[in-house]
Amino acid sequence: MSEPSEHAHPIVGPGVYLVILFALLVGTALTVWASFVDLGFWNPIIALAIATTKAALVLLYFMHLKYSSKLTMLAIAGCAFLFLTLISLTLAEYISRAWGNW
Amino acid sequence: MRGWKARIGIAGKKRRPVPNSQATANSGPDGGEHGENHDHPSYLRHHFHSVEQQADAANFAMWIFLATEAMFFGGLFTAYLVYRNWYFPAFVAGSHQLNVIWGTLNTVVLILSSFTMAMGVWCAETGRRRGLVLCLSLTFVLGIGFLGIKGIEYREKIEKHHFPGLQYNLSSFLDPQSDPDVFKQYHDKPLSLDMARHTEIYFSLYFAMTGMHALHMIVGIGVLGFMIFRARAGAYTSGHVTFVENFGLYWHFVDIVWIYLFALLYLISRH
Amino acid sequence: MSTNTIVSLPDQSTATLPKDNYLNREYGLLSWLLTKDHKRIAILYMVSLSFFFAIGGAMAGLIRLELLTPQSSLMSSDTYNKVFTMHGVIMIFLFLVPSVPATLGNFFIPMMIGAKDLALPRINLLSWYLYVLGGILVLYTMISGGVDTGWTFTTPLSTHYVNTNVISTCMAVFIAGFSSIFTGLNFLVTIHKMRAPGMTWFRLPLFVWAHYAASVQMVLATPVVAIAITLLMLERTVGIGIFDPTKGGDPLLFQHLFWFYSHPAVYIMILPGMGVISEVISTFSRKRVFGYKAVAFSSVAIAVFGFFVWAHHMFIMGISNYAVLVFSLLSMLVAVPSAIKVFNWSFTLYKGSITFEAPMLYAFGFLGLFTIGGMSGVFLGTAGTDIHLTETYFIVAHFHFVMVGGMLMAFLAGIHFWWPKMTGRMYPAKLSQMAAVVTFIGFNLTFFPQFILGMLGMPRRYASYPPEFQALNVLSTAGASILGIGYLLSVLYLLWSLKYGEVAGDNPWQATGLEWQCQSPPLTENFTEMPIMDHEAYDYAWLESKNRDSRKEEAPSAE
Repeated sequence: MSEPSEHAHPIVGPGVYLVILFALLVGTALTVWASFVDLGFWNPIIALAIATTKAALVLLYFMHLKYSSKLTMLAIAGCAFLFLTLISLTLAEYISRAWGNW
Repeated sequence: MRGWKARIGIAGKKRRPVPNSQATANSGPDGGEHGENHDHPSYLRHHFHSVEQQADAANFAMWIFLATEAMFFGGLFTAYLVYRNWYFPAFVAGSHQLNVIWGTLNTVVLILSSFTMAMGVWCAETGRRRGLVLCLSLTFVLGIGFLGIKGIEYREKIEKHHFPGLQYNLSSFLDPQSDPDVFKQYHDKPLSLDMARHTEIYFSLYFAMTGMHALHMIVGIGVLGFMIFRARAGAYTSGHVTFVENFGLYWHFVDIVWIYLFALLYLISRH
Repeated sequence: MSTNTIVSLPDQSTATLPKDNYLNREYGLLSWLLTKDHKRIAILYMVSLSFFFAIGGAMAGLIRLELLTPQSSLMSSDTYNKVFTMHGVIMIFLFLVPSVPATLGNFFIPMMIGAKDLALPRINLLSWYLYVLGGILVLYTMISGGVDTGWTFTTPLSTHYVNTNVISTCMAVFIAGFSSIFTGLNFLVTIHKMRAPGMTWFRLPLFVWAHYAASVQMVLATPVVAIAITLLMLERTVGIGIFDPTKGGDPLLFQHLFWFYSHPAVYIMILPGMGVISEVISTFSRKRVFGYKAVAFSSVAIAVFGFFVWAHHMFIMGISNYAVLVFSLLSMLVAVPSAIKVFNWSFTLYKGSITFEAPMLYAFGFLGLFTIGGMSGVFLGTAGTDIHLTETYFIVAHFHFVMVGGMLMAFLAGIHFWWPKMTGRMYPAKLSQMAAVVTFIGFNLTFFPQFILGMLGMPRRYASYPPEFQALNVLSTAGASILGIGYLLSVLYLLWSLKYGEVAGDNPWQATGLEWQCQSPPLTENFTEMPIMDHEAYDYAWLESKNRDSRKEEAPSAE
């Protein structure tokens, strides 16, 4: 084929994808198991940590973020930051209501 | 009657003859004359000067679109976190009403579909037409499977009158022993009337979040169907993989949303 | 060369419009409705925007007429509620948010960066259709009885206590919001990926920087209001309980999600206008914008900080005192970049060769009125004074100063500045300058009394008021009629100029910027050769040498 290639990044092969698939399935099993164990206040933290790790694996490898331009990474980082801002400032307002008037 | 369209001005895109010196912008990929000899791919749109630029722009556009989708779900996650903070017992009780086996199965199905989608992109990139069709078809089937399981879960919830606004039934929360399947597993304590009412908010968020997610899945499956069609004709395996790649991004994003939904809605506290 | 103006038109006895341009390359209705040309889409937007501006303006006229007398004599309070709600919804979502980006941004961003079109032309057309669909839904709302919740849809009023067309209005806003998202997305991709060779970030016109910042906000903030509206609609139809106190929901949650967009929305509205002002002030003082990087980074800073201050719209709504503290402090921060820009524009004027064509008059109006409006915002951002001033006419005056005195003046400045490029025609100079002055006078007469009314305690959104406020209200209404005349004048002579205006030529203002290097009106593909950017932005020396070269080419025998 004489058409120019569209890829600025290396082609990721099935080997990598299989490893990530395995990791995601393990993560799923882990998070389900953890929810059945009483770890006090660590439960939600562990659940979110595992979910974030899985999401990061999908982002980096399935979505090729690891092989993408810095611009794309910056855009995603910016979006993540704003997402966290929305959640944390709103939650902070709700939680600080319980603190009373000074 | 011929020519009536022209007379009322809806004749469509009639072009006036354009002198070569003006309209043939030298910035086209083939320089001067833009006549018959297209030595650039037919899928290159003329406002781009190269295929790389076009693919790059399309890719970036899809990432930005996913950012908007993330902020869209962000509002729902905010609502969820606020009310989980306020009404934790109601959220726990509500979460126990969800079948963790179906939920886990759905998660596995979606993760597998992400894998098959990624493999599909690889097939497109390496010119494997039949492989691409297979991967896209598997992704399609897994997507339908996800929706099927979701349908089963929804029906269960509606039958138990746990759909907010439609004769919402508090009895499973006021008197957990009246709901033997769930009580066997979790031995919930009865909630106060107030807290039991707040389970309706949990289910509002459950249906809103999984419903919005399912809507995105339906759109994705629709596009997949179209893509399988085109893939069989070899549209994506001759160098022009942008569509498959960018759709893959969308599909993976929907998977990521589910990963969080699963953790937040199903796994609140099952001990 | 005349020292009074810089308008340099070609010899009118022989000048004609270029034979081939984007307006006559194709003809027929479908060639417009199915166009992918960003310039035609900009014109489509301009027409539909003007239509909705007229309707919103009519609503404003009704409001001012009603407020001539202390009692609600013209209409019932319920009707009045519907009128000001429609005024707000139309003016914000169907006029101000798309105004400069969808018309001037669509038209000129590709040209300014040296591209042939935006990155996603079909998405651009889709944006316009979504906008029209949103507009049609608003018209439907008006015809079927209106909505009276105020444009802010405050819960639980909008979810449980009104019987009006909340759902159709919400759908309209939802759809128009997606129009905005796609426009912003298009701009971001275009500015990042389609700049001509040599067009580095710091050679871009500040108009482009401003649109870049606004696009970031459009893309990231609008989806949040979309979900807020979706939840509102679900609450209203199904009764999910998410904003319903009787079921444990919190009405304030809606406001958090709503204002998370609606505060950045005001920056989405003003930033493109500020971009126009940068261009106009530079051109009509023949000087590069002072502190280019400061202005560019301030635009981005406004976009970033604008995301952190939304709860200053909720100070009296019941948020925690600590949140009031934090958001008040953050609001002080966001004023700084805007002030930096005003200072930089002022320093651009200093020792410049200033001329007073219509665009420049509008820009002067912007500088003064935006400054006053912005400073009044500081009163509102300070939590203590806000408690007294909020929900009074002080707020109404504040946002009309920044939005009408600021943004609308900037929009008019932009239209007047780029009219010769878009249409190839020039409008009558004296008439346009007069209209600018009339608009300025009318505006001040309309809205300045409202600051006083607010401080005296007149509440907003009330059809009737205590009689001691009547004098100022009458003044305000009188001003509104003068303002209306100013706008009408502009519309009339601009339309007149389409047929009878003088032929403008490529660069009547002798401005820098790639868009002035091609013909007026431009070709469909903008440039005949890919432009190469080899000079800095606002480089008047480069323009002078280019003019000298082309004069030497035309008259070699003279030497």
